[in-house]
Amino acid sequence: MNETALILARMQFAANITFHILFPTITIALGWILFYFRMRFKATRDESWEEAYYFWTKVFALTFALGVVSGITMSFQFGTNWPGFMEKAGNIAGPLLGYEVLTAFFLEATFLGVMLFGRGRVSERTHLIATFLVAFGTTMSAFWIISLNSWMQTPVGFEIVNGKIMATDWLAIVFNPSFPYRFTHMMLGSGLTASFVVAGVSAWQVLKKVDSKATHRALKTALFAAAFLIPIQILVGDLQGSNTLKYQPAKIAAIEGVWNTEKGAPIVLFGWPDKETKSNLYSIEIPKIASLILTHDLNGEVKGLNEFEGKHPPVAPVFWAFRIMVGTGMAMLAVSWLGVFLLRKRTVNTLPRMYLKGLAVMTFAGWVATVAGWYVTEIGRQPYIIYGVLTAAETASKHASAMIGLTLTAYVALYLFLLISYVFVVKSLSEKATRGQPPKLPTAPARKAASVVGAAGD
Amino acid sequence: MDTVLPLIFMAVMGLAMLLYVILDGYDLGVGILLPFAPEEHKDMMVASIGPFWDANETWLVLGVGIMLVAFPAAHSLVLSELYLPVAVMLLGLMVRGVSFDFRTKANDKHKPRWNNAFTLGSLVTGMSQGWMLGAYVSGFRDDWWTWAFNGAIALTVPAAYVVLGAGWLIMKAEGELHDRAIVWARKAILPFMFGIAAVSIATPLISETIFNKWFQLPGLFALLPIPLITVAAFATLWHVTGKKSIIDAGYGWVVFAATVLILILATLGLAYSIYPYVVIDRLNVWEAASATSSLLILLVGLLITLPAIIGYTIFAYRIFWGKATELTYGS
Ligand code: HDD
Ligand code: HEM
Ligand code: HEM
Repeated sequence: MNETALILARMQFAANITFHILFPTITIALGWILFYFRMRFKATRDESWEEAYYFWTKVFALTFALGVVSGITMSFQFGTNWPGFMEKAGNIAGPLLGYEVLTAFFLEATFLGVMLFGRGRVSERTHLIATFLVAFGTTMSAFWIISLNSWMQTPVGFEIVNGKIMATDWLAIVFNPSFPYRFTHMMLGSGLTASFVVAGVSAWQVLKKVDSKATHRALKTALFAAAFLIPIQILVGDLQGSNTLKYQPAKIAAIEGVWNTEKGAPIVLFGWPDKETKSNLYSIEIPKIASLILTHDLNGEVKGLNEFEGKHPPVAPVFWAFRIMVGTGMAMLAVSWLGVFLLRKRTVNTLPRMYLKGLAVMTFAGWVATVAGWYVTEIGRQPYIIYGVLTAAETASKHASAMIGLTLTAYVALYLFLLISYVFVVKSLSEKATRGQPPKLPTAPARKAASVVGAAGD
Repeated sequence: MDTVLPLIFMAVMGLAMLLYVILDGYDLGVGILLPFAPEEHKDMMVASIGPFWDANETWLVLGVGIMLVAFPAAHSLVLSELYLPVAVMLLGLMVRGVSFDFRTKANDKHKPRWNNAFTLGSLVTGMSQGWMLGAYVSGFRDDWWTWAFNGAIALTVPAAYVVLGAGWLIMKAEGELHDRAIVWARKAILPFMFGIAAVSIATPLISETIFNKWFQLPGLFALLPIPLITVAAFATLWHVTGKKSIIDAGYGWVVFAATVLILILATLGLAYSIYPYVVIDRLNVWEAASATSSLLILLVGLLITLPAIIGYTIFAYRIFWGKATELTYGS
């Protein structure tokens, strides 16, 4: 296994999962938002809720399709890129992935068909249940995959026999120490991402004057959801940091840019972590705050990178990615609370145009924070693939660099193309005048034909 | 338990793969056929597979998933050997999956391009799967003969998908599209037959183990029904697609059913050939299997969820039973 091939294999895996996560992070929460729209329509019979539902269903379908196709790629990646990982950890990774397929993928994929195309063929109740099951399926899927990833971060409940990892306690594996934090943080992250997508696109519609009552309802729902979720997210993020300090102190040292163990460590707001001089250049610091946040004591001791010589992650990417995530989180706090404040005296149409533009700019802010957060988590775990147990270099496949390079180029080219197409199609969908009209019911003869052969009628 | 469990998983994996080929086969087939249809029929063709393609594709994820869970050693070996064709297939699957949605949501002027992408994705997917099948039954050898063989299978798997897709359209479409589908089916039958014959002849030639299994006396008679029924099914296909009066009398479904029957028999034959190997002559089921405790924990999951999955899949097919209607969620 040569160095280049390992780096290329990593880049390929990183490119694929980064592309993949963009779509699940929207669909998981958007599914629940759709369910909410549907419930409101059921309760109020106000057609604007239904209109909002049908417009966002289209965005959902598109996002879901991208999530599915990139996810299929993911399910092959473990085998093609890290065969050593599956050989050694297959006994744990396998069942968790298997449960994801069995309890989540089939559920969401099958009922998606009913949710998207079933109107007029099934009763309203069945349709509502289908919408629920799709949202539930995406959440289950996140549950299993985050469980596996958390286990790789904080492995417990196993023993090593003949170089292979064997499970000893499945409950401990599924609910491993970092799982509750990671799952909550991810779900909230998804909620925020979807909320900002809905708010941003709706703001764009208002700016473009293609808005309706449905647009206003969607925008308000999203803004209130974001304002509600963001403080919880910050709190959970802080708790997660404390948990990571306990299990992966090297990661925290990299996040905080603490090169040498110290008591009363300062927080580094900005700076350039430099691996040559092992210090932060040009840094702006506030004394003692890092100790306070992490240990809840102004003079608490924070372990520095010097304690993990040769076994700590690259500092700069972790340090920066963390600041990007937290920075985006703060921007989300400011924007959503400002919106709620403005809405006390105004309606959606009379929101200042500057503010609407701000929302539109923030449409994909959740993507930035989510990807940055994952980079903190994953790069911060280096050099391990399973923390403290298995390193990435031990698991890589033996393919020639040229072959990995070739496929990597093909994937990245396709991803960039699809990403651009996605953004443009969402934009053009939002500008179409007939955006959210409920679909036509199937025509009478077609329905008759259907019932002749025994369709589950409506 | 240690001997039986891997066999159970082998069977479930085979079932998942078979279901994948049948189910995604018909929608890939419809994708390949798209350019042959006039503009006004294209939406209907896509609508006929709209509610199903995603779930159909999931059987592939299950098949690969079970290989990963139950036979990690085989998973590593097979996917490493097939690195390139797998990558090509994934690119194909991605392109066809997204084109599906983009074509209805993009501007009208981009629609033809997404239609082409849809066909290209379906074709590339089918061909790379064919190549993989060829490489798998020929034991991943690297020489010109094997490549030629793999190439031939790569061309015939799409033909099988076309017959399936056309059979599907015969059931789901009316009028002109329905009649066209009959012609399409008939044209693809011969290459499909050639593919099945090539794999059947090649497998025993490549491996002596397989040869001995098929051509020894009492066994041969027990196995004879497999080739015989296959031949009968092909004859039926040929007969039915040639006589529109039979289809008009309400037997259009026979085209799809006969194709499915052929695929089931082919899978049975292949399974008999390679048993007890996962990778012919290299790795058997028990060598490749993962720890019993991991298999057990998954078996519990399978026993509970598989019936449920099959149940709600049938439910979904019943909802959209009968002739297809346009995509009705307001595209
Ligand atoms: C937090 C969420 C999350 C994360 C970290 C991942 N996924 Fe994912 N995945 C989903 C959440 C999700 C989802 C919400 O369930 C998807 C995305 C969009 C969708 O439509 O379903 C999905 C789709 C999806 C599919 C297609 C399922 C189908 O046919 O319906 C596969 C095979 C995978 N994923 C596999 C993976 C693998 C192997 C991953 C890790 C290495 C991974 N995903 C990370
Ligand atoms: C969904 C968001 C995710 C993102 C954005 C992400 C990102 C990354 C990145 C950037 C790397 C490369 C790190 C490096 O080489 O320095 C990586 C590696 C890896 N991640 Fe993730 N990851 C995500 C989720 C997951 C999940 C859910 C799993 C498993 C269940 C996982 C398993 C792995 C593995 C096996 C590697 C390769 C080994 C390594 O280089 O450490 N990742 N990921
Ligand atoms: C503003 C305050 C925030 C804090 C203090 C915070 C804290 C953290 C920490 C410490 C980690 C690393 C976990 C580890 O591996 O040890 C993390 C990861 C992550 N963050 Fe944040 N975060 C914040 C905001 C956000 C926001 C706004 C989002 C998304 C909208 C987000 C999304 C993520 C994701 C997706 C991960 C990786 C998955 C995981 O480990 O849970 N975070 N966050």
